[in-house]
Amino acid sequence: MLITCPYCGPRDVIEFTYQGDGNRERPDPASQNFEAWNAYVYDRLNPAGDHNEIWQHSGGCRAHLRVVRNTLTHEISSVAFVRGDHAPATRRKAEDKA
Amino acid sequence: MSPRRTDTGGRIDRLKTIRFTFDGVAYTGHAGDTLASALLAKGVTLFGRSFKYHRPRGLLTAGVEEPNALVTVLKGEVREPNIPATMVEIHDGLVAISQNRFPSLAWDINAVNQLGGKILSAGFYYKTFMGPVIGPLKGTRFWMFCEHFIRRAAGLGSAGSAKDPARYERMNAFCDVLVVGSGPAGLMAAKTAADQGARVMLADLEPRFGGSTNWSDETIDGAPAADWARRTVAQLEGRDNVRLLPRTTVWGYYDNNTLAALERVSDHKEQTAKGEPRHRYWAIRARSVVLATGAFERPLVFPGNDRPGVMLAHAAERYANEFGVLPGERIALFTNNDSAYRAAIALKKAGAAIVAIADVRSELSPEMRKLATEAEAEIFAGHAVIATEGGKALSGIKVQRFDMVTGALSGDERSIHTDCLLMSGGWSPTIHLASQAGAKAEWSAARQAFLPPKPTQQWPTQQWIGAGAFTGSFSTAEAIAEGRAAGLAAAGGTSTPAALPTVEAAPGDPDPAPVFEIRAKGKSFVDFQHDVTAEDVRLAHREGFVSVEHLKRYTTLGMATDQGKSSNIPGLAIMAEALGKPIPEVGTTRFRPPFAPVSIGSLAAERFGDLKPERLTPMHDWHLANGANMYSAGLWYRPMIYGLSGETIEQAYVREARATRESAGIVDVSTLGKIAVQGPDAAAFLDRVYTNMFSTLAVGKARYGLMLREDGLAFDDGTTWRLGDQDFLMTTTTANAGKVMQHLEYFLDVIWPELKVHVTSVTDEWAGAAIGGPKARQILAACVTGTAVDNATLPFMGIVRGEIAGVAVMICRLSFSGEMAFEVYSGAGHGTHVWEALVEAGKPFGLVTYGLEALGTMRIEKGHVTGAEIDGRTTARDLHLDWMLSKKKPFIGSATMDREGLIASDRLELVGLIALDNRPLNGGAHIVEELDEANPHGSIGHITACCYSPALGKHIALALVEGGKSRHGTRAHVSDPLRNRFGPVEIVSNHFYDPEGTRMHG
Repeated sequence: MLITCPYCGPRDVIEFTYQGDGNRERPDPASQNFEAWNAYVYDRLNPAGDHNEIWQHSGGCRAHLRVVRNTLTHEISSVAFVRGDHAPATRRKAEDKA
Repeated sequence: MSPRRTDTGGRIDRLKTIRFTFDGVAYTGHAGDTLASALLAKGVTLFGRSFKYHRPRGLLTAGVEEPNALVTVLKGEVREPNIPATMVEIHDGLVAISQNRFPSLAWDINAVNQLGGKILSAGFYYKTFMGPVIGPLKGTRFWMFCEHFIRRAAGLGSAGSAKDPARYERMNAFCDVLVVGSGPAGLMAAKTAADQGARVMLADLEPRFGGSTNWSDETIDGAPAADWARRTVAQLEGRDNVRLLPRTTVWGYYDNNTLAALERVSDHKEQTAKGEPRHRYWAIRARSVVLATGAFERPLVFPGNDRPGVMLAHAAERYANEFGVLPGERIALFTNNDSAYRAAIALKKAGAAIVAIADVRSELSPEMRKLATEAEAEIFAGHAVIATEGGKALSGIKVQRFDMVTGALSGDERSIHTDCLLMSGGWSPTIHLASQAGAKAEWSAARQAFLPPKPTQQWPTQQWIGAGAFTGSFSTAEAIAEGRAAGLAAAGGTSTPAALPTVEAAPGDPDPAPVFEIRAKGKSFVDFQHDVTAEDVRLAHREGFVSVEHLKRYTTLGMATDQGKSSNIPGLAIMAEALGKPIPEVGTTRFRPPFAPVSIGSLAAERFGDLKPERLTPMHDWHLANGANMYSAGLWYRPMIYGLSGETIEQAYVREARATRESAGIVDVSTLGKIAVQGPDAAAFLDRVYTNMFSTLAVGKARYGLMLREDGLAFDDGTTWRLGDQDFLMTTTTANAGKVMQHLEYFLDVIWPELKVHVTSVTDEWAGAAIGGPKARQILAACVTGTAVDNATLPFMGIVRGEIAGVAVMICRLSFSGEMAFEVYSGAGHGTHVWEALVEAGKPFGLVTYGLEALGTMRIEKGHVTGAEIDGRTTARDLHLDWMLSKKKPFIGSATMDREGLIASDRLELVGLIALDNRPLNGGAHIVEELDEANPHGSIGHITACCYSPALGKHIALALVEGGKSRHGTRAHVSDPLRNRFGPVEIVSNHFYDPEGTRMHG
């Protein structure tokens, strides 16, 4: 499986660490709504098809990526930085040089 | 009469003689021979003994699908078993032996197994080892005794135990178009794609490119087909956008068009060239793939179809035309399709007499009759072979009138004298790779074969494109046309290439008659390698196996090393008939990697031995030079003890710990995880990450911190130092350094992107030495310059900067040992220099170096927690760290840590234990209220860490025990049946030593 890191380019899946279901919504930190916390900590989607996931390029630039992956075919239809659509400052610098 | 080498013809070099041995007998062959063709040329027909019945077996095929002629190749001490002789290229000095025979191939004692056919039927193992109890023969034990002999008698070659000295390599490759198979379709596809400018890889498992052109009598563009193939290969060789991989089996097809291939680089050579590996594993990422893998010819199932001398028709054609070997002088054919007639012509031309062609079809086309006449063969239309005769070689066959529709035999048997019977049961496309890629095969009633389906994945390009016999297009003209179309599509080309080459070939209908088996008296083999007969398949059906997957496992049909390349379809057809269902309804099994056996060495390549990287602290060499026994802690190596001569490990750590508490000790703590947390929001970030406050921490001070996970359980602990307003140095436990880093990065990147914080792993930038004990401050005072180290300048948890022996250091007063202690950090490059200066300064004060054992002992005495207690199941409260849970702010885990289950009163809590029998305790031992050595039960907890405490003079432990504090002062027992350690303990507070902390605050 290849994941095209927006910063590093297409890389083998062994360079990445799966960091979980990208659909989770973290409740307000002060919230005592236990249902919401329970859903955030434990409930996971397990779709047969497109799945919104978070991967870290742990063997590369270490950025967290939002990846839409089809669980049936492994087709990856989109990859983006979780931190919006721009690379962090240091990485942008490196890109400018290139 | 026996097989022989022809005077002319074939793609071997008769001028080059090669010497090798088989079963100790010296033979010669020619360059271009396989072990199979060279032995056949010398009249050898007996190659092996079958798996169960030890029946004599000869060559069935000429290629990778060979189920019978398996040999073991010996190279020095190394033996490689179960290699088809058809895939071994001979070279000078080759040593091969036959398998599964004793004492010799010709006289095999286990051949008596043939008489016991009824007992050794399908499901033999399942039925046997459920053994009955007969008198003194206690069923199972008796059978286990027998099993040894049964397993020895049944089987394949045996693997060697010598270390394989060969070198293996792994290559990652990228290309636009990978073409698998180099027959007319593959060659055409590769050439077309290369002409379009695509980067092309062409792989074929045979040493010679060209596929069927190497043995067909066809012409392409007026020249022999092989010449066309050679010219095409020569054109490809000259191009720098083409990589040719002969002897390369593409054996796995994975996601994203990643394919695995095995290149046999030097197996065919007497000596490997310098730097050359034995095998090379290719991991190929292809933009598109052309599958031109051809088709396998199927055997027919009839009594005696496994006798040496019975082989596939195209295999004989290959031996004659490619290797210049006639497999017999008087050849008969038995077929259900037209392709065998081409073989008859080829063998006739090569010098054999074709004595008979038995064809199950009663109506033959005029073209086939003409070919038979040309071959001077007697035609038996509407006939079938019902028996074969002979021992280790074929001497004759019997034919009888056969009704294709009912399967009935009638009329007189007729004997025909022949030394070689060629059979053809039609062709099955080699769809293995497509099937691996996820596609379900589709049955073609016309071709009587499973054809490759449409590819399942269409992105980023179409997964693969098929061409030639792989798609069921069995003629060369079709193969060339499809190959070009496939090459063009795979390369994304649009330009129109020149006209297609013209092919001249013998006529023939690609569709066989739907006949797989002739039912007559005798053993008819379906799976030659696993000795599965047609009757075994029917027996499985009678015993209730209806699913093809179950049938396969029960009879082991198709489960040998050949993976049923020749047996799957006939087996399926017989099962379908037994079930009274059409073949497509019975279905076929999914092919899985590997397509053919793969050397384990190639998968490991250079990655063998101890693969763990070693992490060494800056002072590692000093430790070794000063008598440390090193201990591996995760990837790190740390001193366990610095033993004096004659000391046991326990004596050493007790001495080290005692000396530290009496004067001073120093320990290397460079392995602690260190993370620089910097930025305007660093303090706010730490408040969210830790359970306690860090924003209130003064610059130049450190604080002990605890982290929880999102689910409220304890995660990691350590001290974090505030070096500046926006500059923190976090330390983590050695084991969790990587996990904590990832945890922080996740929250900064995903959850709180608005926080302006940067985290950097600086574990390897700093060397750390912890020096503790009543005299530690005096030692520092003796060697530190640029700062005072008195209580006012350096209070508990204070940080100062100074110099030791001219090197800048950072000193924090904190304690793990419970003594007054200091952690001295310097740049990693100066670690040994500073360490040596500290050791030197400590000499007058009796400073000792101590290792992990003494470190652990002192922390147990103090009741500090480590990863053994923060084990992913414990909460802050369980560990009595609830004083660290801030109520003034939310933090990671704060919302979930007080859930019902996490605050229950019966949770395991941290306690101390003292052994009342004054014997050592063991980690992992259970704690029970009532001792029952015979039937250990009723655990109320377990020991997490233990030691002999020099400070208390007792064997003590930390434990997680139900009820925890409420049991302080009560008695319980350790129950450790594995190590037979039972005995009374007293449950006490985990703070054994100096609970008020007066020593470290002092």
